[in-house]
Amino acid sequence: MYGRGLRPLSIATVLALIGAFSLVFFYAPNDADQGFVQKIFYVHVPMAIVALGGFVFGAIMAIQHLRTGDRRYDMRSYVAIHLSIILGLGVLVTGSIWARASWGHWWVWDEPTLVSFLIVFLLFSCYQPLRFSIEDPERQARYASVFAITAGAFVPLNFLAVRLAQAYTHPRVLGTTGGDMPGSMRVTFLLSLVAMALLFTTLGKYEMASKHAGQQLRALRARLAAQATAR
Amino acid sequence: MSPARALLAKDLRAELRARQSVPAMALFSVTAFVIFHFGLDRATIEGDLASGVLWVTVLLAALLGINRLFVAEEEEGGFDGFLLAPVDRTAMLVAKAAALLLYLLLVELVAIPAFALLLLGPGLGQALPELLAVVLLVDVGIAAVGTLVAALAVHARARELLVPLLALPLLLPVLIGAARATTPLLLATGAEPVPGRWLGVLGLYDMVFGLLAYALFDFLLED
Amino acid sequence: MAEAAPATEAVELDGLARRHGERVALADVSLRLGTGRTLVVLGPNGAGKSTLLRVLATLLRPHAGTARVLGRALPAEGWAVRGRIGLLGHEPLLYRELTGRENLRFHARLHGVGEERIGTLLAAVGMEHRADEPVRTLSRGMVQRLAVCRAVLHEPELLLLDEPTAHLDPAARELAEPLIGPAAGRTRVIASHDPAGDLGQADVVLGLKAGRPALLAPARDADPAAVAALYR
Repeated sequence: MYGRGLRPLSIATVLALIGAFSLVFFYAPNDADQGFVQKIFYVHVPMAIVALGGFVFGAIMAIQHLRTGDRRYDMRSYVAIHLSIILGLGVLVTGSIWARASWGHWWVWDEPTLVSFLIVFLLFSCYQPLRFSIEDPERQARYASVFAITAGAFVPLNFLAVRLAQAYTHPRVLGTTGGDMPGSMRVTFLLSLVAMALLFTTLGKYEMASKHAGQQLRALRARLAAQATAR
Repeated sequence: MSPARALLAKDLRAELRARQSVPAMALFSVTAFVIFHFGLDRATIEGDLASGVLWVTVLLAALLGINRLFVAEEEEGGFDGFLLAPVDRTAMLVAKAAALLLYLLLVELVAIPAFALLLLGPGLGQALPELLAVVLLVDVGIAAVGTLVAALAVHARARELLVPLLALPLLLPVLIGAARATTPLLLATGAEPVPGRWLGVLGLYDMVFGLLAYALFDFLLED
Repeated sequence: MAEAAPATEAVELDGLARRHGERVALADVSLRLGTGRTLVVLGPNGAGKSTLLRVLATLLRPHAGTARVLGRALPAEGWAVRGRIGLLGHEPLLYRELTGRENLRFHARLHGVGEERIGTLLAAVGMEHRADEPVRTLSRGMVQRLAVCRAVLHEPELLLLDEPTAHLDPAARELAEPLIGPAAGRTRVIASHDPAGDLGQADVVLGLKAGRPALLAPARDADPAAVAALYR
C-alpha cells in the first residue's frame, strides 16, 4: 500500500536533486561578501525548513493517532520525526560549516534560528530513546504521540523565547543579501527546497513501506504459530 | 472531598512520612551554590551571572522532584487504584502538579535565602516582591511540564535518565524567561524593574503547556 | 452456559479479544454470567486469566468483540461502572508509607463513599489493632487482608478476584469468606490456580489456554478430564 507511486516519486526526486545541484553550481551567483561558501545556504535552509516541517507533520500525525487509535498514524509520525532528526543533524553540521567559513567560529550563539533549531533537535532526539525504553507496544505508541505533540507545541514557543533573548545582539550572521533575493537565487532556492521536500517524502515512503511489510510478516508468523499450537 | 484534593492530601502525607523529595531538593540547591562558588571562584556574584546561577540551580533541583513524582503510583499500584475509581482522570494531573508546585515553593523558601547568604552580592530586600512574582510564574511552568514529563517517563526503563533529557529542553524557555527577568533585580547598582516582556513569555508558556498537559494527560493513563 | 438467565446479566462477552503487541492475550472469549452468580476462570500461567479480569475491571480496553459489564458497554461506558466493581488483583494496591486505615480512607474518598464502614471491615478481617501502622511494616498476609477490605469497601456489585486466597492462611481465609465468598451475595469472577478447591463455589467454569477458551460450561457439567487437560 505504501509502495504505490514509489518509482515515479524516486525518479522525480533524483531529477529535482540533479536540477538543484546544477543550478547551485552553475547558475546561482557567488555572494559578494561570503564567496562560494555561501552556496551552502541552498542546502542548509531547505534542510531546516523540511526538517521543521517534518517535526510539525509528525506532531499532527501524533494528534491523529491519539484521536483515532489507528496505528498507521503512529508509524507515519515515527518515520517523519526520525527522518527529520537525521536532516536536523545535517542542518546543524551545515550551519556550523557556514558559520566557520563566514564568521570564523564553528558555532555562533547570535543566530537565533540556528540556536532554536539546536534546542528543538535536542528535544526531538529524545523521541527514540523514550519509545524504545517503554516495553508495552500500545503504550509506547501512545506515549510517543503525547511526546511528539508536546514537542511540536514547543517549537514556536522556543523560537519566540530565543528570538527575544537575542534581540539586542548582533544582526543576523547567516543571512543573505538582506531580504531581497535576486531572481536567479530565488529560483535556485525554490528548486533546492522542492528537491529536499521530495527527498524527504521519498525516503519516508520507502521507510513506511518497509516497516509495513515487516509488520505484516510478523503478524502472519504469529498467526501461523498460533494455528500450529491450537492443533 | 474532591478526588484531586484527596490525592494531594495523600501525597503530602506520604511525603511528610518518608521525607524524600523536598529535603533532597533543598539540600541539593544549597550544595549547588557551594559548588558554584568553587567552580566560578567568586565570593559574590550579581546581575546576569547571579540570575543564571539561581535559576539553573532551581531547574536542576526541580528534576529531582520530577523524578519521584509518580514513582509511588507506579510501584505501589496507585495507577490501578486510581483508574478503578469513578473519578475524572485529570484529577491526578491537577493533584500531582499542585504537589510539585508546593514542593518547589518550599524548596525556594530555603534556596533563595541560602543564595542571598552564600553567593549574592547585592541585597534582595527591594527586589523581593517582583522576584516572588517571577518565582510563581516559573514554578507553575515547571509544575505543568514537569508533571507531564514525569508521567511520560514513569513507565520507561531508564526513568531517571530520561527525565532530564526530556525536561531540560522543554523548560528552556522558562529558564530564558526567568533568567532574563531576574537579571535587573540582582544588579549591583540597585534593583531595576523587570521587563514586562519576559513575564509575558513566562505567562504564555504556562498557559500553553498547562492546557496541553490537561489535554494530553488522559492518554497517558488509559490502556 | 448459565441456566435461565435473569433479566440483566452481570457480564456479557462476545468474541472478546485483546493483544499484547503482536501476541494474543485473549481471543474469542464469549460468555454470559447472571447477577449473583460465580464464574471461575481456570488455566495455566500466561493463559490470560489476569488479562480477562483487568478487561472486566475497565483497566484494559477490548481490542475486538464486545464486552458488557453490569449492563454497560466497554470501553465507551466504562466510566459508569467503575464505582460498582471491586478488584482484588495480584497487587494489593496499597501505599506502603500510609497506614491501613489511611489507605482505606483514601479509597473511600476516591470512590465518594462514607468512611463509617472502615472500622467494621477492619474488625471483620482481624486487622483493627494493626490498622494504624504503615503498610510497609506489615506481613504479606496482613497486607492481603487489608486489600480485601479495600476491594469491598465501596460495596461493589461485581467482585473480580485474582487468586484471592493466595497469601492468606486458613484463619485469615475464614475471616475473608463473608466478605468475598459466596455468602457475600455479589456477582463474582474468580481467577484460580486451584481447580480442586474453587470449582466447588462456581456456577460457571471457563478454562483458558493461550488466551483462548478451551472449556466453558456450568460447573456441574464440567468434565474433570477437560479441566486437567488445560494444564498439560
